[in-house]
Amino acid sequence: MPRMSRDDLVMRSGIVVLAAWMLVSVALPLWALLSKSFQDRQQEFVGLANYIRYFSTPALFASVGNSFFVAIVATAIVLPLAFVYAYALTRSCVKGRGVFQALALIPILAPSLLPAISLIYLFGNQGLLKPLLFGGSIYGPSGIIIAQVFYCFPHAMMILVAALAMADARLYEAADALGASKPRIFFTVTLPGAKYGLVSAGFVIFTLVMTDFGIAKVIGGRYNVLATDIYKQVIGQQNFEMGAVVGMVLLAPAIVAFTADRIVQRRQVALLSARAVPLVPKPSPARDWTLFVYCLVIGGLIFGVLAVAAWGSLIKFWPYNLSLTLGNYAFDNFDTNGWGSYWNSLHLAAWTAVLGTAIIFTGAYLIEKTRGFAVGRVLAQLLAMLPLAVPGLVLGLGYIFFFNARGNPLGFLYATLAILVVNSIAHFYTVSHLTATTALKQLDAEFESVSASLKVSVLRTFWRVTVPVCLPSILDIAIYMFVNAMTTVSAVIFLYSTDTKLASIAVVNMDESGFTAVAAAMAMMIVGTSAAVKLAQLGLTYLLAGRLQAWRQR
Amino acid sequence: MALSSPLPSGAAPYLRIAGVTKLFGSFSALKEISLAINAGEFVCFLGPSGCGKTTLLRAIAGLDVQTTGRIEQAGRDISRLPPSERDFGIVFQSYALFPNLTVVDNVGYGLRSRGMKRAAIAARVGELLQLVGMPESGAKYPAQLSGGQQQRVALARALATSPGLLLLDEPLSALDARVRVRLRHEIRGLQRRLGVTTVMVTHDQEEALTMADRIVVMNHGTVEQIGTPSEIYRKPATAFVADFVGTMNFLTAVHAGSGQVRFAGQSFSCAADGLAADTPIYLCIRPEDVAVRNVGASTVNVVRVEIASLDFLGSFCRATLRPAGAGSNGEEIVADFSINLMRDLGLGAGHSLSVALPPDRLRVYPRG
Ligand SMILES: Nc1ncnc2c1ncn2[C@@H]1O[C@H](COP(=O)(O)OP(=O)(O)O)[C@@H](O)[C@H]1O
Ligand SMILES: [Mg+2]
Repeated sequence: MPRMSRDDLVMRSGIVVLAAWMLVSVALPLWALLSKSFQDRQQEFVGLANYIRYFSTPALFASVGNSFFVAIVATAIVLPLAFVYAYALTRSCVKGRGVFQALALIPILAPSLLPAISLIYLFGNQGLLKPLLFGGSIYGPSGIIIAQVFYCFPHAMMILVAALAMADARLYEAADALGASKPRIFFTVTLPGAKYGLVSAGFVIFTLVMTDFGIAKVIGGRYNVLATDIYKQVIGQQNFEMGAVVGMVLLAPAIVAFTADRIVQRRQVALLSARAVPLVPKPSPARDWTLFVYCLVIGGLIFGVLAVAAWGSLIKFWPYNLSLTLGNYAFDNFDTNGWGSYWNSLHLAAWTAVLGTAIIFTGAYLIEKTRGFAVGRVLAQLLAMLPLAVPGLVLGLGYIFFFNARGNPLGFLYATLAILVVNSIAHFYTVSHLTATTALKQLDAEFESVSASLKVSVLRTFWRVTVPVCLPSILDIAIYMFVNAMTTVSAVIFLYSTDTKLASIAVVNMDESGFTAVAAAMAMMIVGTSAAVKLAQLGLTYLLAGRLQAWRQR
Repeated sequence: MALSSPLPSGAAPYLRIAGVTKLFGSFSALKEISLAINAGEFVCFLGPSGCGKTTLLRAIAGLDVQTTGRIEQAGRDISRLPPSERDFGIVFQSYALFPNLTVVDNVGYGLRSRGMKRAAIAARVGELLQLVGMPESGAKYPAQLSGGQQQRVALARALATSPGLLLLDEPLSALDARVRVRLRHEIRGLQRRLGVTTVMVTHDQEEALTMADRIVVMNHGTVEQIGTPSEIYRKPATAFVADFVGTMNFLTAVHAGSGQVRFAGQSFSCAADGLAADTPIYLCIRPEDVAVRNVGASTVNVVRVEIASLDFLGSFCRATLRPAGAGSNGEEIVADFSINLMRDLGLGAGHSLSVALPPDRLRVYPRG
């Protein structure tokens, strides 16, 4: 064995620490959940008894079908809608593409609860447009599906924009030269080219709908799905064992979708050769105007949903007194935590952004750049990928079992803000890890070799070169962590205490208590904060590309 | 391993590589490599892509440690040392310049951590930029430099800490042809002035022939030959080297014993020791060694040929010669005729003439 340098030692220790962190914040809680599902209330091992009871209780088992139903229908609606929208953004000369793209991203800044609340304003028991339902009810699968379509739209659109943006102009020129008709080109070149993007988007949306808690909670009515079942079992009936079983049932499809998506993405990599010529769309008035109208309608609907919630939050007494007021924002009048929940969320988001970005970026660097130590690196990489497959509710439930277990020395974290931070970092780890890895792979692979030859420690090079060069990606990660910590409900619903209640949970609680306008107001606070942070990022990125990092200019 | 120039007597080599192998899984990228490099020497590792040149260079640097074998530098066993404890400067094909640091900061990068004073660093960096001919560009960022300038900055950075050994991995291959030729001379001149022992990896034989004191020709993870450029060119030790370096005729022949070779129904004399009679061989000669002038009755190895075709290549013509005794589908000999010669003898396609294959220019390699 070659001797290790100090750098090697430092980096390997870093990997060990990272793996230990991921073990504690992801793997062990999942293990705790798994073992719980095989135990009875006295913590005796009972084999499959809980599972047998689950699958033989129709009231419980029915939720599996319900969850699959809403997930499949929502996916089937979102995919074509988002595909055409993404097509308009990438393959047409529609005016204002930047604005339309920004418009479609709005739902990402909001908790999933927001579209559900808007729907209630419009079609709920006292909804403005309720007569349009002809006696039907929005509370149930239709409400869930409509709200999910809104909430999932940007996720599908981003994946499809990425897939459609990677087009090789040479293919289209060849098809043109061969005299292929427009529809023929679409079905033989465009669609196959976006195939992997479509499949990937499908899996992502399916998993999002399957595992989302907020929408089903607010607008699901008596329609039970897996996500709400977990909540009912654990919070309502204190039946932790059955909660664990439902959690495992929810985890299974998420893992299948995750694995399938990884396989598909691996295929995608080879699709575009380095010599591809980027496709520049040519104007075509008929197509462009049709797509413009389409974008206007979809973008308008998305904006409308947000606007309804904003308007609702300013209304005195829906639907009887429609005069405007800021009274609903006086949260202290409606909830003991009042504005405290909002400040808690802000704290959580800030800590998650700062600590999470530091851990995730450094971790990705160690995994990417450590010499040798393949075992440690592969293990850390696997642990870094794991969270993407784990629904927030499942992770949160695992935290209860793991951190609350008797004799766990980390038990002191329970019911603190710290555990919410640890949980949020773990929950949103993978996407950020992939962003960091992509950025690191774009650096010259020999920076570390050069600094070793110059006898400069790797830590110094990390700090002086790697971090500054990756700053735009680091900023991306921080904002992603912040916005997600701000909007999430599912992972934290089991973990907050009266002192650490979050804004998103306050929305759920206030909606439960019938203060819909106040819930809408709190949701708007979340959206506003996320949007402000996002705008700040845009400004900073602009500065980085210009004055702050002059070396980026040629 | 065949020919190897002996070291100057008495002097211990600066770098000694003994029995180095490198496995990637079950694939051996290096097989029992042994060689020695003297202090102040400029050595090129030459070979086709994938033959293990970079792997060997990285083993010397400690970046990818060899599986077995021993590497000594200046009398010290460095086989198991991490790169940071070895003494070398390195320039990569990509240059790996730090994009966010100015030229001055790039060049001075290794000096700051050695506890040098600010003023001393500035002076040293200035000296180095002068040395590589870029005294004015200190404040620029790498993205604002041309490829050749980036190359020089990378070189200055590698030399900044005055390493005992300079390692260059295809340093010129990313540049366009003109700049490449100029930088060859600059690098070689710089190396001579500094006297730093240098190993350069290249797959470009011309680069190796013009720059190196000695060349290590590699193939499939083994050393085919070590020698000076003229040894490598004049006396290729193996058929691989003969083929890889320069242009060579490979004529299918049979060794008839006692220095006689049969080709095209004719007997040729050459130095082919150690081969049994009736061994199938390749009879090899460089195109420029085919003699046309002064071929008379007393000349040995004369063969009557017809000029099948002539390709004009500027300063000379490349002729394809068809031996008279070989028939129409027999093997052809490629020869280079100077424009002078063509004019003096009035040569043209279709002409017949007698050429000689001088015995001391013939090389013989076993076939099959
Ligand atoms: N990290 C690695 N893993 C597996 N095989 C490798 C690795 N690095 C190099 N090789 C293989 O070893 C051989 C020699 O590679 P290299 O030394 O880079 O060749 P070159 O002579 O072109 O510099 C090649 O066949 C290459 O594919
Ligand atoms: Mg190489």
